[in-house]
Order: sequence, then structure tokens, then C-alpha cells
Amino acid sequence: MATELRLKELSKKEVLFSSGHRMCAGCGAPIVVKMVLLACDYPVIASNATGCLEVSSCISDYTAWKIPWIHNAFENAAATISGVETMYRALKKQGKIDKEIKFIAFGGDGGTYDIGLQSLSGAMERGHDMLYICYDNGAYMNTGIQRSSATPLGANTTTCPAGDVIPGKTQERKNITRIMAAHNIPYAAQASPSHWLDLMKKVRKALEINGPKFMNIISPCNRGWRSRTDDAILLSRLAVATCHWPLYEIEYGVTKITFKPKEKKPVVDFLKTQGRFKHLFSPENEWLLKKFQENVDMEWERLQKEASLYAS
Amino acid sequence: MSKVVAATGNEAVANALRQVDPDVCAAYPITPQTELMQRFASFVSDGQVKTETILVESEHSAMSACVGAAAAGGRVVTATSSQGLALMWEILFIASGLRLPIVMPVVNRALSAPINIHGDHSDAMGARDSGWIQLWSENAQEAYDNTIQAFRIAEHMDTRLPVMICLDGFIISHSIERIEYLDDDEVKNFVGEYRQLHPLLNIEHPVSYGPLILTDYYMEYRKAHDEVMTKVPGIVLDVAKDFEKISGRKYSLFDAYRLEDAEVALVILNSAAGTSKDVVDEFRNRGVKAGLLKPRLYRPFPYKEIGEALKHLKAVCVLDRADAFGGSYGPVFIDIAASLYSYKEKPILINKIYGLGGRDYFPEHAALVLNELIEIVKTGEVKTFKEYIGVRQ
Repeated sequence: MATELRLKELSKKEVLFSSGHRMCAGCGAPIVVKMVLLACDYPVIASNATGCLEVSSCISDYTAWKIPWIHNAFENAAATISGVETMYRALKKQGKIDKEIKFIAFGGDGGTYDIGLQSLSGAMERGHDMLYICYDNGAYMNTGIQRSSATPLGANTTTCPAGDVIPGKTQERKNITRIMAAHNIPYAAQASPSHWLDLMKKVRKALEINGPKFMNIISPCNRGWRSRTDDAILLSRLAVATCHWPLYEIEYGVTKITFKPKEKKPVVDFLKTQGRFKHLFSPENEWLLKKFQENVDMEWERLQKEASLYAS
Repeated sequence: MSKVVAATGNEAVANALRQVDPDVCAAYPITPQTELMQRFASFVSDGQVKTETILVESEHSAMSACVGAAAAGGRVVTATSSQGLALMWEILFIASGLRLPIVMPVVNRALSAPINIHGDHSDAMGARDSGWIQLWSENAQEAYDNTIQAFRIAEHMDTRLPVMICLDGFIISHSIERIEYLDDDEVKNFVGEYRQLHPLLNIEHPVSYGPLILTDYYMEYRKAHDEVMTKVPGIVLDVAKDFEKISGRKYSLFDAYRLEDAEVALVILNSAAGTSKDVVDEFRNRGVKAGLLKPRLYRPFPYKEIGEALKHLKAVCVLDRADAFGGSYGPVFIDIAASLYSYKEKPILINKIYGLGGRDYFPEHAALVLNELIEIVKTGEVKTFKEYIGVRQ
């Protein structure tokens, strides 16, 4: 019997990612994990790429995971869970297991957009019944805020520092959600912990679909974003309200925007809250702010057009 | 009842895998390609096995998926070669560190650059310290027999370690030989039912695989791995005894060929050992006390047993089909030297590097080396301790 996605009901459910883990105060990732696991109505087995979430959630002899969990390496969370899922099918076929079990891989943006992209693409192509969840904090935060291909344009990181000549990251973000959707998988979506119901509905929908699914979830990191410790939800909400992080899903090729801000805020409202973009507000970097806004507008326009094609 | 067939090494090993009928096989058999996995894939397509295959996009993902599948709780195999094994390298340590009994035939081939697809031991030598067990095979029969025994060794409750079965690329993998196959039922009975400790798929008892362990306990885990390795030789011998009962074929930690009363000997792995044994016989016919030692269990290396087997000799040449760059000796030489180090009386050791990138190893090479050893015994003088043979100067 599915738990209703209402706070009153959900609050009665056991949280399968326990407190006492060693993620930083104010980190978005454990919030995301709790929401994802709370949305599941099935037994779940998870794999986890090396990264913040992994190193902080299972330090021997302690584990924050009340579900079966495996960490293999950095770039192979997708391949690893594909192995677990295949063994499940093998043993189910042999009649050695009869339970319905769901499989989720968690990876940060480095383990997903960069080093893990091949492993992820392969697993999606092979059609495993699995949900891959990227918690995207926009850099290699675990190792000290190094640039990834998910780092936004202009951001100051330790490997693309804002200097006298180079104003932070000069490249734009890779659009991983579109790349995953281009695999023609049945379900790809973006979500944000600020919109918990939207996030949990997407997880639930994804788990009901047989085959490979992908979700990209924004996950504020106050250490890397140089923001207030208690602002994770506020910042993820601003990311959605400015359309820097549009909430949408692509189900069997059909794009649907799941949340449209009543009034789309300028992206500087999101950028100015974070020290990593501080240098963009110097007069000489005004062009970067402009470019940032243009990129956001372009993607938002594209999404709306795409969604309108299918709107009834 | 066994069945005698003519088959390639690839066919023989694929047939062993069919008879064992593993639960999951994840493989990327392209770097370089060997027909081993194609053969096995046809068994899957024809419904001759219950195995679920994962046809991954790289060897890195092959080993990654094997780790996931083995932790999930079932019998898991893959196969690889050369660059593919090199690409797996990172995950080899994770498979052994998580103590997952994965079985992997390795068709030994050279490493790039220059790119070369032929027989050479550089690939498996690069993985020799990855915490895996390595069994080396002289011919297709041994590769077949080692593959079947590997499951019992890997899955032994005292060890739980992954096993590589090494066989020479092309020379064994692609050549047709006479092979005796065991009956399917005999193989199934021999390997028995598999039981995974702490399977991930046991939802009622959730476990975490792959924790972070820092300075406080990392070293204890490594020590435990080392201690587990010391139990392997005993298990290999026990399994060999059981295997002899069903096959009539005898296996040990190494093959000591006419070694007991020998004065000079060759130490050599895999297919070249066969060629060398013929030459040893010729020298014996001429009254020369020649012998040969062919390691089978190469990791863990049975230092004590091999030291005992070689200590009485006057001169020994270790032939390596791989080099350990840096001006040092070949990998097998280093291990043989270590196994003899503690003896006061020990043979003079020399090292030859042969057969790299599939370069032919002829009986003449073995004869040249044996003559050199005889000369060393006579004069007590060594001209070169390490030398490439069968190479343009």
C-alpha cells in the first residue's frame, strides 16, 4: 500500500538514511537522499559513487544506510548497480528470489557528468531497471571545490579560480539531463529539494517505470557555493525561481515542465547569494552576467517550446 | 565419462564456463578481442546456460558490474586480455578487497605501446599484486582444468578471493589441441552450489559494501588480506586432490619436471614450458642432469615450496615473458630469487627475457640457455645476469 505523498503520512515512515552521518551542516545531498528513499514504496538497493555522500555516510564500522548499499569506485556507480540488478534478474528467473526490489545509483556531478559518464551511458543503453540519481552541487566539493563539467559559467573554483586575467569558469555547463534523455530512456527529469512534492512524485513515477531512468537533482553546497549554512532550501528554490534549474520531466520522449514560476526572477537573484559568483558583479565581468542570463533564457525558451509541442 | 575433443584454448575455457553455468557474466571482450566470450555468448543465446550476461561498454565497467553482481549474491565470471585487463586494474583491487570470488580467464597478451595483440605475460604481471589468486596454464587442458578448479578455490569459505586463470594468447587461446572434457554433471557436482556471504539482495539484513576506512583500521584490513593469502596454497592442493579423483589429472602448486636429481634447470611459465620440457628430455638423453620448474599458482607465490624444490640445483635460468622495466630483473626472476634468498647453499640464478609481443620461443632457445647453465656450472662464471633472447641486437 503506497504511502500518500503528504507530510503527515510521510512523517510516520522510517527514514532509511539515518542521522549521525558526517555530511557538512547545511548540505543538500542528505536531504535529497532522505526524500528519495522516503518516496520509495519498494525495498531499495543503492550503489554510490565515490564522493561527499559516500565518504561521509559509511565510515567503518558505521553506516547511515538502512538499505543494502554498495560503494565500488568513483566512475562506476551505474555499472555497479547494473551488476546488482542483473544478479537480481538471474536469481529471480531461477526462482531463488521473489521479492520486488528497486535499484538506485547515487552519484555527484563529478561522478556523473565527468568520470562516470561512460559507465552511466552504457547502463542506460543496456536498459537495466534502475534509477540513476545525480545530486548536482556543481563541482568536486568533496576534494576541495574543483571545477567539473557541471560547474556553472563564471563560477570561482579552486581549479578555475577567478583571477586577474581569467574570471572563473569560462565554459558553460554540460546539459546532462538532455544527454540522458537523448538515450531514449523512458524517463529523465530534473528536480529540486525545495519542491519536495515534485521531487518525490518524480521518484515514485520513475520507480513505477520498467527500464533505465535518470534524475538530476540540484544539491546546494555551502562550502563550495560560499553561501550561508542554513540556505540550502532557499538557494535551490531560487535556482528554480530564476529558471537556472528548471523543473521538468521527459517521459517516453514527451517533455513536460512540472513547475512554472509565476514570475521568472532574474538569475542574478540566485548568483548574488553565493561567494563563488562574487567577482561577476565587478564592472569588467558584466558581460558574463549577461551571458549567464542569456543561457538561462535560451534553455527555458527551448524547454517551453518543446513542452508546448506536446501540450494538449 | 570424459570426452576427448580437439578444441582451442578459448573453446575449452568457454566450455568450462558453460559446465559451471554461472549466474552472471559481465564482459567486454574487445581489447583485444578473444573468441572466448563469443563462444560463451552463443551458449547463452542457445539456452545452454542459465547465465544472465551484461554486455558492457568497457572492461572497466565489466569488472565494476562483476563486483556489483558478486556482492548481490551469485556466481560471477568475466574474461579479458591485455589492454582490457589494464583498464580493469583499478577495480581488480576493489574486487579482491571486498573479497568477492569472481573468476576471470585472462588470455595473456602484450601491452601497448607499440600496439601488439600477441602472446606475452605483461598484462597479468601488471596485475600480480592486485590481491587476486593467479593460476597459470601450460596448455588448453590445463586452462580448462584450472578454470573448473578456480571456482572451488575462489569460493572456499576460508579465502573468498577472486581468481585469474592465465593462458597464453594465440599459442594456446587460438591453437587446436587434444582436450579431455569432463561430463557436465561431474563439473556441476565438483563446483557445487554457491552461497554468498552477506548478499546485498538479502533485503531483510541490509549490509553496506565498500566503507571508508582511514588510518585507524586500513592497515589491519590489508594485513588480513595478506593472512588470507597464506591459506591459498593449502586450498589449491586440496582442490587439486578432489579434481584428480574425477579427472585422473594431477595438479600441484607448480610442476617439477625431472627436477629431483637435476643440476641445471629452467623456470618458465605457461606454453613455453611445454617446448622447454622437450629440450630437457633431449639433454637428459645426452646425460645432462637438466630439469624444469613451471609455476602454476603464481599468486600467492609459494616461496617456501619453490625454494625447497630449487635449492639443491647448481644453476637456474628464470625465463620471463614480461619485463619489469627499470633495469631490474623480470617478475618471475624476482620471485624465484626471493624464494632462494634465505638458503646458504643455493643455485646461481640468471634471467632471460623471451617471447615478448608473440615473438616465437623455439627449442633452440631452451638449448642455448641450458648450455649456458652447464658452462656456468663448469666455470663458476656468469657473463650476464639478465639478457633478452631471440631478439635483434
